[in-house]
Amino acid sequence: MRRVGQQSRGLIETLHTVQEAFGYLDETALRYVASSLRVPLSRAYGVATFYHFFTLKPAGEHTCVICLGTACYIKGAGELVDAVKQDLGISPGETTANRRVSVLSARCLGSCGLAPAVVYDNEVAGKVTPEQLRQQMAKWNPHDA
Amino acid sequence: MTPEELEHIAQTEHDAQAEISQTVSVCVAAGCISCQSQSVKDALDREIISRGWGSRCRSKGVGCMGLCAEGPLVSTGNGTLYKGVTAADAASVLDGLGAEPVERLLCPTDVPFFQRQKKIVLENSGVIDPERIEEYIAASGYHGLIHALTEMTSVEVIEQVVKSGLRGRGGAGYPTGLKWSTVSKAVGTQKFVICNADEGDPGAFMDRSVLESDPHRVLEGMLIAAYAVGASEGYIYVRAEYPLAIKRLKIAIRQAERFGLLGPNISGTRFSFRIDLRLGAGAFVCGEETALIASVEGKRGTPRPRPPYPAQEGMLGQPTLINNVETFANIPPIIRNGGEWYAAIGTEKSKGTKVFALAGTVKNTGLVEVPMGITLREMVFEIGGGIPNERQFKAVQTGGPSGGCLPSECLDMPVDYESLARAGSIMGSGGMIVMDESSCMVDVAKYFMDFCMTESCGKCIPCRVGTYQMHRLLDTITKLHATPEDMALLEELCDLVKNTSLCGLGQSAPNPVLSTLRYFAGEYAAHIQQNRCLAGVCGKGAHV
Repeated sequence: MRRVGQQSRGLIETLHTVQEAFGYLDETALRYVASSLRVPLSRAYGVATFYHFFTLKPAGEHTCVICLGTACYIKGAGELVDAVKQDLGISPGETTANRRVSVLSARCLGSCGLAPAVVYDNEVAGKVTPEQLRQQMAKWNPHDA
Repeated sequence: MTPEELEHIAQTEHDAQAEISQTVSVCVAAGCISCQSQSVKDALDREIISRGWGSRCRSKGVGCMGLCAEGPLVSTGNGTLYKGVTAADAASVLDGLGAEPVERLLCPTDVPFFQRQKKIVLENSGVIDPERIEEYIAASGYHGLIHALTEMTSVEVIEQVVKSGLRGRGGAGYPTGLKWSTVSKAVGTQKFVICNADEGDPGAFMDRSVLESDPHRVLEGMLIAAYAVGASEGYIYVRAEYPLAIKRLKIAIRQAERFGLLGPNISGTRFSFRIDLRLGAGAFVCGEETALIASVEGKRGTPRPRPPYPAQEGMLGQPTLINNVETFANIPPIIRNGGEWYAAIGTEKSKGTKVFALAGTVKNTGLVEVPMGITLREMVFEIGGGIPNERQFKAVQTGGPSGGCLPSECLDMPVDYESLARAGSIMGSGGMIVMDESSCMVDVAKYFMDFCMTESCGKCIPCRVGTYQMHRLLDTITKLHATPEDMALLEELCDLVKNTSLCGLGQSAPNPVLSTLRYFAGEYAAHIQQNRCLAGVCGKGAHV
């Protein structure tokens, strides 16, 4: 916050930093940021919920981001989403009840040459098939656990 | 920095490069990194050291070489390009230096994919190390800036840009020179230059590649623009989803500051300029300029009515120049070679080249730069190599969610702003997605409508409610329950949303529907009258 000069202009930068440090933005963090930058809490909350990148809930142990960009969609990203739904019972944006895996969707990773693409814990994998995705999910979330 | 100092740095770098007789370039842009190109580079480094070749051979990381589908790509100079290289191949690659190239890894470069391109924006991509300013300077980098600062007035700079005929590469194609002169004439206590690197179109990754492969080029373009319009502060609004681009931009800004190319009194003149990064946070609408400004100011990214245009009242109410990454990347060569040189490339109304991200069901996916006026057929079948798996071409989609789908009848149309607009699509930022017969056009239209519906900021009602209703209708059609009345309503809504929305997002949201209705009416009819999907996609209820 000192870096952005305690200015309300730096709200988005500050929220990025907080999310990077804590993984998500909870009420305490939002209240603190809002009062430090002297903006109404409503504005901090408004900004945090307006942008997709910010999350108000903690993520699971592992994250799996499925790209739903046009190229990936054409090449079968929809089947990947279906595979996750079947296996884990969750849709993009949700976390399994045991907090092991969060599944997210992305608008486009810019890796269209590798469509369909999936990001497993910050590692991009290209040309993913539903079977590969299922195997990875089973590794992260074993049925006996 | 004086012109002589710049020349000296370039010369020193040339000499250093001449001492190394063999350079192995490994692509370290996002596409190849995700195929583990970094481990290939590490393996090459280890192998070079263990062979004791350190003094005459080195590996270097370079930007995107274009053919992203075949990564990781490795080039050993003299037109030898290897594809799909793994860490285990490091020894073979080094064995091939100065001898016969390794046959099994060879990627032919005498094919249209490479031969038909004309590289201006991407001239350094895949050639220089994006993390070293010296290499950019050695490749004539910052020469345009120093030339402009020391020998040209700001009016002369704008004149050259006007002469070049360059038009905004963000999609709408507004003449860049005109925008610059508006901002330069506008009155304000301070002026800003903003680089729009919020590449939100799904299926487009040109800006990302430019930022990752040649970040200094964008900084130089912004500096020249700032000098021309009289700005002292600049922002690059870049997507948080592009960590590698952010990292390289930060390195580039630091290096430029150290070399005195950014900061106070650049090159001993009165011109001072600083650049800050602003991270986007995943909102498509922030590509719209007034929404982008709101976001840079730390607010929710909602657009406001124009006029006043940002050129008059933008950031903090001051005159603001906003251009796209690719637009700025075109500036240094224009200043170096003159506006007339640039105007000689392309068509009458669309000058220069355009970078496209070619993706979808086409053999060669990747990044290509072609002169304006090339036909879609050349793009898809020569450069793209045609459709894999012996399927039939169905459509090519340009311009992302704001663009349209063009059928095979349009293949011989030249790619320029006017022709694409006449055909019901737009140039857009450069996403080009090829679809084969297995794609259902109604489903594709629904996909884009879903995108616009989710990304609508909610400020104006035609867009917020209209996109929702259109999505609902398209959903009914893809579930094969629609009636002819639904079709009539959909067409009416297209017209309404297009003409009454506040910003570009809403105004262009109906484009995918309108273009598919225009060229693929038969598919809609089949869904409604015969309750079947010609591509066999819809009705299973499986998709997003």
